[in-house]
Amino acid sequence: MNETLVSITHLSKSYRRGEQVVPVLRDITLEIPRGDFIALMGPSGSGKSTLLNLIAGIDKPDSGELLVGGQDITRLGESELADWRAANVGFIFQFYNLMPVLSAFENVELPLLLTSMGKRERRVRVETALTLVGLADRMVHYPNELSGGQQQRVAIARALISDPTLIVADEPTGDLDRKSAEEILGLMRRLNAEMGKTIIMVTHDAHAVQSARHVTHLEKGELLAA
Amino acid sequence: MLLKLVLKNIFRHKLRSLLTIVGLVVAILAFGLLRTVVHAWYAGADMASANRLITRNATSLVFGMPAYYRERIKSIDGVTTVAISNWTGGLYKDESFRNFFAQFAITDEYWSQYPEFIARPEELAAWRGDRRGVMVGRILADQHGFKVGDTLPIKGTIYPGNWDFVIRGIYEPKDETTVTRQMYLHWEYLNERMKQRIGRNWDIAGVFVVTIADGSRAAEISRAIDAEFRNSLAETLTETEKAFQLGFVAQTGAIVTALKIVSFVVIVIIFAVVANTMAMTARERLAEYATLKALGFSPGFVAALIVAESVLMTAIGGLIGIALSFPVAAGFKQAMGSMFPIFKVTEETVMLQVASALAVGLLAAVLPSIRAARVKIVDGLRYIG
Repeated sequence: MNETLVSITHLSKSYRRGEQVVPVLRDITLEIPRGDFIALMGPSGSGKSTLLNLIAGIDKPDSGELLVGGQDITRLGESELADWRAANVGFIFQFYNLMPVLSAFENVELPLLLTSMGKRERRVRVETALTLVGLADRMVHYPNELSGGQQQRVAIARALISDPTLIVADEPTGDLDRKSAEEILGLMRRLNAEMGKTIIMVTHDAHAVQSARHVTHLEKGELLAA
Repeated sequence: MLLKLVLKNIFRHKLRSLLTIVGLVVAILAFGLLRTVVHAWYAGADMASANRLITRNATSLVFGMPAYYRERIKSIDGVTTVAISNWTGGLYKDESFRNFFAQFAITDEYWSQYPEFIARPEELAAWRGDRRGVMVGRILADQHGFKVGDTLPIKGTIYPGNWDFVIRGIYEPKDETTVTRQMYLHWEYLNERMKQRIGRNWDIAGVFVVTIADGSRAAEISRAIDAEFRNSLAETLTETEKAFQLGFVAQTGAIVTALKIVSFVVIVIIFAVVANTMAMTARERLAEYATLKALGFSPGFVAALIVAESVLMTAIGGLIGIALSFPVAAGFKQAMGSMFPIFKVTEETVMLQVASALAVGLLAAVLPSIRAARVKIVDGLRYIG
């Protein structure tokens, strides 16, 4: 667990709002070990989601270095970055972001369509993932036929289907009731403890933070000392 | 599964998609019908023979020519036969469009000049033996239920009086492009009646139908015919039958041009409708496209999803529109009576309909697909459709 998976050095990011430049992250330096479960906390506008997006490779910093698994992802082009995300990152969003016209099975299968995997192998993996999240009996159901907690479990199955090193979760329990939230956090703890997935979770929820091994606080775009 | 994604996306907003598809059906159908009308306008010219020339009065078609010109034209090198043909324009029953049909007073040579009209020898012989006899075309006979032996009362307009003709034969078309909606009477009978009426020699030919042995000599023979009558009281203008027919089309050229323009305007309008549908659709799904991109799908894939959806939707509407073109054209032809003897949705029209639907589908997807492909993932994920 001591090997570093994510290494961030002097990372800065700002957004332009008209003529005004708004700094969101200032000179962030952070290391996240492989196999860690880290919670990023902070008030709204503190830059925690932006930091998560940068680590996940869906946004680009203005300056600084960001190594994931030893690779500087800030130097990758759009297409390379897309391939990198497909192979290395699993996403869990606050509002699940499932395709409403696809069944639970098809939603989970989506990332595998980017691989050369055959149909039979895909089926086995999707069924395994959905069984793991406790939705073996809901495979043919569409998102609108599932509860919020069940939809988030489908999203978790989708996040782990391509066996990524890193799972990023942006407020994964933000849209769920307490019971469903606890189920999701339990699942995430299992992914971390039993499957060794490195998880970075952005949350406001003090209860959710307890599932993480480490907590990092951000305020006004800067890391606070632990 | 990706095809399934496209198919299911089309019908996510059932009413919107249905209305767009209905619009497409109507537009492609209207486009097809308008093109068919344009095509029908040229049908007479299309069936013209390269070996037939028409000689008419150079001043105007309204004026005739002395019938004796026929012998002089026949003596010109390259001419094989010459027939007289006069438009008689009589009324059957009433002045309605439905009961209107073309009537010509012809001389006997006419039948050898138009091999596309197939008459039974015994019926043709009966026609030749009866000065009041007429030959009617198959389409005309079927439309009005005419039978051989029926009396056909016609009220004269250009040639006044009541004319009671007897149907002596029904000629058949050589193929489906041949119009058989005309009635042919004896020019000699018309001439005799006109002489009785005006009390002196009449002997006026409306036009001369001239057949030539070699179609490639049409221009040269036309010039020779017109030279024969230069400086006479009735100078002639000779042209190919096709040019003669196109002259009628040219008189209504503005209408044909308007029809052509309207047919394309219909396509432009439906393009705007489909483009609007696709723009709304793509905007609502920005978060989904951003999710796909976050998962590793390329911007090109996202663009292809939108293009495929647009093309598939226009294909559905287009195919229904094309399929409906045939029965609607048949109904239109029925309703228009003798206005368009040949009113057929051609292969060319169907190809144009397919091309239009495809073009609408592709062009309507251009801007939405570019927008979806370019949207930043973080911006798209924040979008609430």
